[in-house]
Amino acid sequence: MLISSLFMRMSLTTHSFLSSFHSHLCFVISSFQMQFMLLFSRQGKLRLQKWYVPLSDKEKKKITRELVQTVLARKPKMCSFLEWRDLKIVYKRYASLYFCCATEGQDNELITLEIIHRYVELLDKYFGSVCELDIIFNFEKAYFILDEFLLGGEAQETSKKNVLKAIEQADLLQEVRGLTILMRRQTQTHVYTSRLPQTSQSC
Amino acid sequence: MSDVVEKTLTALPSLLSLDSQPGSAKLSTNSKLGSLIRGITELTSKHEEEKLIQRELSSIKEQVSSPNTTMRQMKELMVRTIYCEMLGYEATFSYIHAIKLAQQGNVLEKRVGYLAVSLFLNESHELLLLLVNTVLKDLQSTNLIEVCMALTVVSQMFPKDMIPAILPLVEEKLNHSKEIIRRKAVLALYKFYLIAPNQVQHIHNRFRKALCDKDPGVMSASLHIYLQLIQENPESYKDLTASFVTILKQVVAGKLPMDFNYHSVPAPWLQIQLLRILSLLGKSDQSTSEVMYEILDESLRRAEMNHNITYAILYECVKCIYTIHPKSELLEKAAKVIGNFVLSQRINLKYLGLKALTYVVHQDPRLALQHQMTIIECLDHPDVIIKRETLELLFRITNDQNVTVIVEKMLDFMSINKEDHTTADLVGKVAELAEKYAPDNEWFVETMNTVFSVGGDTLQPDIPNSFLKLLSEGFDDEEENKKLRLFAVNSYISLLQGEPSKLPQRFLQAICWVLGEYSHLREDVEPDLVLRLLVKLLNIKSTSSETKSWILMAMTKLCSGGAPLSVPLEVSETYSSSMDTMLRQRAQELQYLSQNPELQARVLPRGVSQEPMEVDSSLSFLDGFVSEALAAGAAPYKPPHQRQEELSRSKALSLEPYGLSLPISMSSCSIADRQSPTLLSVSSGLSGDRTDHSHKGGSTTLKLDGVRRVWGKEGYLAQRESAEETAPVEAPSPLQPLVQQGDGDASYSQTPTPIPECEQEKQQLASSLFVGLASQSSVCLMGKSEQTSQRFRRKLKDPAASFPSSTQNPLVSPPSSVGHLLLDSSISSDLISSPEQTHLSSVDLTVANGEVELPDRDMKGIKSTLLREDSALAAGSSPHEELDRPKDSCLTSHLPAELSGLPHSEITPLCTSPSLDLSSCHVQKDDSLVLLVFMKSSSDYDIQQIQVQVTCEELEVSCVCDSPVEELKSHGVVVCQYFLTVKSPSVYFVLSGMMSHQIPDNSLQETQFSHRIPLTSFLRPLRLSTEEYGTMWLAFSHDTKQNLPLMMDAEEPLTATLKVLKDKLQLHVVEIIGNEGIVACCLRQDQPCLLHCRVHAGMLAVWLRSPIPELPDCLLYHCQRALQES
Repeated sequence: MLISSLFMRMSLTTHSFLSSFHSHLCFVISSFQMQFMLLFSRQGKLRLQKWYVPLSDKEKKKITRELVQTVLARKPKMCSFLEWRDLKIVYKRYASLYFCCATEGQDNELITLEIIHRYVELLDKYFGSVCELDIIFNFEKAYFILDEFLLGGEAQETSKKNVLKAIEQADLLQEVRGLTILMRRQTQTHVYTSRLPQTSQSC
Repeated sequence: MSDVVEKTLTALPSLLSLDSQPGSAKLSTNSKLGSLIRGITELTSKHEEEKLIQRELSSIKEQVSSPNTTMRQMKELMVRTIYCEMLGYEATFSYIHAIKLAQQGNVLEKRVGYLAVSLFLNESHELLLLLVNTVLKDLQSTNLIEVCMALTVVSQMFPKDMIPAILPLVEEKLNHSKEIIRRKAVLALYKFYLIAPNQVQHIHNRFRKALCDKDPGVMSASLHIYLQLIQENPESYKDLTASFVTILKQVVAGKLPMDFNYHSVPAPWLQIQLLRILSLLGKSDQSTSEVMYEILDESLRRAEMNHNITYAILYECVKCIYTIHPKSELLEKAAKVIGNFVLSQRINLKYLGLKALTYVVHQDPRLALQHQMTIIECLDHPDVIIKRETLELLFRITNDQNVTVIVEKMLDFMSINKEDHTTADLVGKVAELAEKYAPDNEWFVETMNTVFSVGGDTLQPDIPNSFLKLLSEGFDDEEENKKLRLFAVNSYISLLQGEPSKLPQRFLQAICWVLGEYSHLREDVEPDLVLRLLVKLLNIKSTSSETKSWILMAMTKLCSGGAPLSVPLEVSETYSSSMDTMLRQRAQELQYLSQNPELQARVLPRGVSQEPMEVDSSLSFLDGFVSEALAAGAAPYKPPHQRQEELSRSKALSLEPYGLSLPISMSSCSIADRQSPTLLSVSSGLSGDRTDHSHKGGSTTLKLDGVRRVWGKEGYLAQRESAEETAPVEAPSPLQPLVQQGDGDASYSQTPTPIPECEQEKQQLASSLFVGLASQSSVCLMGKSEQTSQRFRRKLKDPAASFPSSTQNPLVSPPSSVGHLLLDSSISSDLISSPEQTHLSSVDLTVANGEVELPDRDMKGIKSTLLREDSALAAGSSPHEELDRPKDSCLTSHLPAELSGLPHSEITPLCTSPSLDLSSCHVQKDDSLVLLVFMKSSSDYDIQQIQVQVTCEELEVSCVCDSPVEELKSHGVVVCQYFLTVKSPSVYFVLSGMMSHQIPDNSLQETQFSHRIPLTSFLRPLRLSTEEYGTMWLAFSHDTKQNLPLMMDAEEPLTATLKVLKDKLQLHVVEIIGNEGIVACCLRQDQPCLLHCRVHAGMLAVWLRSPIPELPDCLLYHCQRALQES
């Protein structure tokens, strides 16, 4: 009796060791890191994509297609979070653009939502009342800003001032800078281009 | 807002097409990108777009490869290529040009080049190697922007093998005067840490410096690294707790520069990161947790603004409060926050509230009760995600009383859900619940039927396996078993009589097995009927050949009772000429056995209980055949690795001192592509390699335990006691009647206002969902809980009593089942599929496993302690950390005289009972290891009849004196000695023990404990000459290869590294010649292990060999650790 209970006990501990060993390793792999970020229009056109995990082109295309479909099918009053495969998708619509981020299940979804919002604020500050066209025609700028804000899937710098300072410094060297400014002014004066609403915080 | 959208939409086409408008003119005509975009917008069909882009791409291709293209043009081309790629068109030709642009362009062009590289390539792309030089150059540049760009690209992707090349430069940047460079350098190191942790081991104290950086940006970047480090090993960073708390205090108090504020909340991202770190540090550690109570309270208080960001912080606070050592005051506040979330009208908050509830519900079931009505509303929420999360919550609170309702809800959800991943997940959960809490047979079988048909072929393979196992092993009650089996047979016969073509293959396989085994239980059904049903199944086109062989197997079993033989004969004739060898084999068996009832009865005994089968895995019955073949001149069998080695030996001239040459591939062999022999043996199954016998045993046992089970045997009910102890439930008023329902209907009738009908429905649902959660009252209500909960629990059996189909007889099992079951369930559990973990699984297999189920929480608890070497933990109760050090030091004086001169490990507490403290340490003798158990009385009276038993599967434990200690004087100390020798190696040996003693009132008190000893304690140097080493090397058959980090900073890296190994692991360095070294060690004299080390490409390529199968892998693990730590 005693021996058999001992045996059970023992196998119990052996196993717990092993499984915790595994979960320990899994932990190394899993982090709070963002997996990818997609920007797409209401028509489903991709405007920006940033992948923080290595995936093949085929997988990326498949994910993008499925995800755009799923998100576009959702009604406006629905939750901004979405479970998709084993990922947690956080999305938000600003005017005609959808911003969509994927994180691992255990992350805090609200903070991801606010990361999106901060990125929009940064774009807004840089382009001056940003609209979808700014991002279409200057997508490389949008990428530069994103890279200053998020690096390797983690928030790098959350101070708006510092992010923009870094971008402007690099921009200073641009020969065609005059053009950029001119272009930005044009966008500002244009009545039809809508602003991405930044104050709305409806969930 | 919709106005705005409409305006944008109407504006878009006009902007793009009408040149008269000023803005669009600038946008579209001035750049080629603009015209490309405009061109695309004007198109009407996808086909046209494709044509246009192809045209564009070929023109780009032409231009990029032309020598006359300037870098400036190249930059513009690259932007267009990025755009095309984003639209989904491949432009692989441009990748090399992107790298060229990053290399040769001026700062601006470089920027686009780097961007293109980071978008086009991923970590494993081979072209990335070409970037290394550019990065190196830019890191050394005097232009800050170039340095920034290089660091940015490095933190996103960098070839793992090339990290050493740039590491010193990145490290240097930690001292840069510009904070942006420091910040990026920290993040680059973080990236390195993620992809190659051992490369940055040596700069840990640099991280501390980054944490103290005066720039908040640098400091918060360093937190990413700390979060990772602490996740892996919270123990070593406890000293930083106070610093993190101070930082958080300052942040919360708004001491950071204003521009870190986000919607007037100070640095929320930083706060959240810190809260995560604190929760990891405070987990099951009271003293550390106490340090943070104040700041957590403060954070909760400050976060009162009505904004998403404050809710995000609150959520993190709540998680932290529930993770660390509990404090009732804070828990109360946290519960209130969760309540606010759940009750919120905002759907995002509601979702997060449910998620938090799911997280905390096992600690505090009352919370679920408080919000039961909300939860029920959420079940019918129009948004799927809310429903899904609610089900997750319900899954956590399932017990044997509410299981039927909850499972029903889950199945309902599955019927509307279309997403495979969710279905697979939920199906697994339903199966788990059904197995654990099924109230009766009918329900169980029917639920499992639904699971099989809904789950289809996305089903986890372990679900049918464990279902069949449950049927075959049954429970203690024979009568019950028979009923269950009979019910399953009935249900399956009627299913097959319906439309079996719609059923998934896995389900059909399970049905076939059940019918084959148990259809005889139903006496009124002729085997002929079942046979005909099976034939019908065989003739369905969609039936896979795997299923077909299950069908044939079932037929073989059915034919025993002297049934008419026409059907099986026909069938076997058809399939004995099948192209599928497996099917042919089955058909032959069917034919032969159905004609030979005697043999049939011997091979397939019916009604015999599932005694463990003796499986002759060494295939000794083939010995005669083998010796015949050998006599006839056949070559003797050689295991694959031996063959390979001979092959390589014959190829090259041997220049090695002991006559072997390393295959060239070894240098490039890394953790990922390493194939350990242990694994090979398992996957090759019956390859006949006899030495691997033990592993097969290991693997069968492994597959048997429900690895996925995070819940203990007791299920949710285990929590009931704590629920009872807690104060009366404070439910919102409409729920009052419900909670009291158990006490009688009186309170129900007292409710003043009549409840509307739908409300009533909901309340009924609530009472069925939350029954058994709160108080005894509801338990009494159902009464029968205890008995039923027993029913479907698996008997704890010897793990070797294996699984249903293949145990009975190797011949009986369907062809695939040996391979299939073994592979699918034992190995597939993510171990083999992911290359990073390959070496782990082999370590894993060396340890025999029992049938184990541990509640999730326990495992987490143990995890932290496991990370420490030699940590002791008292099983069943929380580790006793209050045992203070001074006690230990006084124990040292009790070391037996003959052992006192030898090195001994730190004395660690084992367990404590009210009157007795147990501690232990081990002493290394030359030929064995001695475990000392110190028993220290802490009571005022004498303790009698103390008995301590220690066992371990992998160790031989012999006690110096077996008789119990008769008497222990008050506050005295007694020492027990145990000699330990290794039976089969393992990375760690877990000794489990049981201490019993009599307390004054003569009752016997028992306490269990466990103690962990690493393999290293058993290692002894093996002193050999090089010649002896050479002969031994060739004689050993089990080997493992891997690359380990080298101590690069030492003058002679090889010597330094080997010295570390020698010192830490007690190895004997036989000889070092040039860049190679040979090392030897042993466990006992007859358990040697040889290591061959070679410096290659900045790494130490180690090749281990031993006659003991598990030893190389285990030793490798410790070598890795030893080098990482140093």
